[in-house]
Amino acid sequence: MTTEMKLPFDQEYITSFSKEMGEPEWLTELRVQSLEKADTLPMPRPDKTKINKWNFTHFNKLIVKSDEFKSLEELPEAVKPLIDADHSNSVYIQRNNKPAYLKLSAELQEKGVIFTDMYTASRMHGDLLKKYFMQSAVKADENKLTALHAAFLNGGAFLYVPKNVTIEEPIQAIFLHDDAEANLFNHVIVAAEDNSSVVYVENYISTVDSADSKVNIVSEVIAGANARIQYGAVDTLAKGVTAYVNRKGLAGRDAQIEWALGQMNDGNTISENVTLLQGDGSYGDAKTVVVGRGDQVQNFTTKIIHHGKNSEGFILKHGVVKESATVIFNGIGKIEQGASKSNAEQESRVLMLSEKARGDANPILLIDEDDVTAGHAASVGRVDPGQLYYLMSRGIPQAEAERLVIHGFLAPVVNVLPIEGVKKQLVEVIERKVK
Amino acid sequence: MAGSVLTIKDLHVEIEGKEILKGVNLEVKGGEIHAIMGPNGTGKSTLSSAVMGHPKYKVTQGTITLDGEDVLEMEVDERARAGLFLGMQYPSEISGVTNADFLRSAINSRREEGKEISLMKFIRKMDSQMEFLEMDLDMAQRYLNEGFSGGEKKRNEILQLMMIEPKIAILDEIDSGLDIDALKVVSKGINEMRSEDFGCLIITHYQRLLNYITPDHVHVMMQGRVVKSGGPELAQRLETEGYDWIKQELGIEDETVGLEA
Repeated sequence: MTTEMKLPFDQEYITSFSKEMGEPEWLTELRVQSLEKADTLPMPRPDKTKINKWNFTHFNKLIVKSDEFKSLEELPEAVKPLIDADHSNSVYIQRNNKPAYLKLSAELQEKGVIFTDMYTASRMHGDLLKKYFMQSAVKADENKLTALHAAFLNGGAFLYVPKNVTIEEPIQAIFLHDDAEANLFNHVIVAAEDNSSVVYVENYISTVDSADSKVNIVSEVIAGANARIQYGAVDTLAKGVTAYVNRKGLAGRDAQIEWALGQMNDGNTISENVTLLQGDGSYGDAKTVVVGRGDQVQNFTTKIIHHGKNSEGFILKHGVVKESATVIFNGIGKIEQGASKSNAEQESRVLMLSEKARGDANPILLIDEDDVTAGHAASVGRVDPGQLYYLMSRGIPQAEAERLVIHGFLAPVVNVLPIEGVKKQLVEVIERKVK
Repeated sequence: MAGSVLTIKDLHVEIEGKEILKGVNLEVKGGEIHAIMGPNGTGKSTLSSAVMGHPKYKVTQGTITLDGEDVLEMEVDERARAGLFLGMQYPSEISGVTNADFLRSAINSRREEGKEISLMKFIRKMDSQMEFLEMDLDMAQRYLNEGFSGGEKKRNEILQLMMIEPKIAILDEIDSGLDIDALKVVSKGINEMRSEDFGCLIITHYQRLLNYITPDHVHVMMQGRVVKSGGPELAQRLETEGYDWIKQELGIEDETVGLEA
């Protein structure tokens, strides 16, 4: 990649921004170094999608002004249903780049759980954050976009669960995009120490119809020995938003990381979801549902890398594509040498609803160890007329029959989302998108 | 209200340009059970698919009416809502859609908006019919036919029949692949439906189903036509003597229409 790239903000700007936010020195340095490296680092190369003409980098504002929410009552109507007032005791709401609302239950605070916005985390928990921030899961110099992410970081959340703490109720983050001029460089860290467990669910939701926003999201999910992290997400960013999403997990010995991702953006999206099964006996499960519509192009790479012995990885992706949208699924199961007795399974299915829809599912197994098991299944096809005929033969009209088949097709992921309200939202989003 | 009447007149049906049915005439009335028998490849399943409106089958001549209404003008779902039901030989599997949700949609498709069946009433009805058919109650929450055994699928077809309560049902080889216990249960379900308001056309290779369900009329299909009709005694004779005597009587050498139908 030698394309000339003009960055909108220079070293001076970034340094003063970081200082203004009261960030520790290491973060200021990381920003500045990353900005420098971004010049020469290559763009990510999603298989089967050309992104050289996509604009991830040109934008005018690093920060837009937004107001806080004094109470949940003030939330926009689109956001309210996401929050279960009875059970959501721990919620972070970010409005564009502004930490707008935060609540963490007293019980969890007492147990030493930290849940806060990224700015506060860097000020108050700088040393702890440093341990995780772009150190082990996602590196700042992975590619041009991760470097720009580090340089332009302007939001996100930090969730830290100490040793032996089990959190039953889901921890929720809502990233509200209600300003068409906002650009999100959001960083989320979910770190669970040994023997702890947590359920984290995030929503990216646009309430503007369309925007030229640049979104560059990095999530790092780090599970210590025997820890369990369930990570749920529903992304519904508006048409026109160009998104780079990099969600990466690192599982220690006997740790479990489970992803349930509803990726429903209406703009062009490049998504990487990687799980590193570092420890022996670790477990990774990556479930994704996608709906593509309009003329959007989306590329989803899900990768599970086995280093530990007896590690198990499961990838399940289902996507529906309509109109002239494109959805590419790349599934990669990689078993490194020494990861004996490991198991890598994957299944990717794409259902196309129109003649112009494009879908592709590429299963890849890369295996450097003999004593392992692995399997893959992939299919790309249209709605089975036999299924529609069967449903219609019971009196169900064609449109309703199609709706049932599509919902059924996406159900394996939808049904495992851990928060009822979010699950309902995902069902509604799907309903809207496939209509 | 007296039962409905399904009338099939001079029905000719093509699949992929090949004529399979060559002038079928048949009338099924509420209160009657008809059995269509015949060797493989004589057009029996084609008849059932054509009545239901499977898109692969093209009617080139003749008429199908239900209580005088032109069935051929209707879409598949309209035919179902008009009162037709087809118990399929190979029911589709539909992942992610539970048996219960599917059946509720089917029942509600017959009701006006705002007059949907209440959830409690639906569950009670479904539970009692499942018990009647000796089905595991868990099957309500399993995905439609997914991973069901052959016998479970057939029982599930009968469950749908009992839940939907059509005017006229066609059961296409509902007995194939069933062990004797399942066969008894399936028969029990069909017998339970028997009433003045319900007519049934059972398509089968085997006489043994008719040991449990006594038909009023028995028809034999060959070469894409109904070649012989009679009462229950006709089925008995077919069981003991096979089909050769009919072929000889009618001078038929090859009874098939050249396609597995």
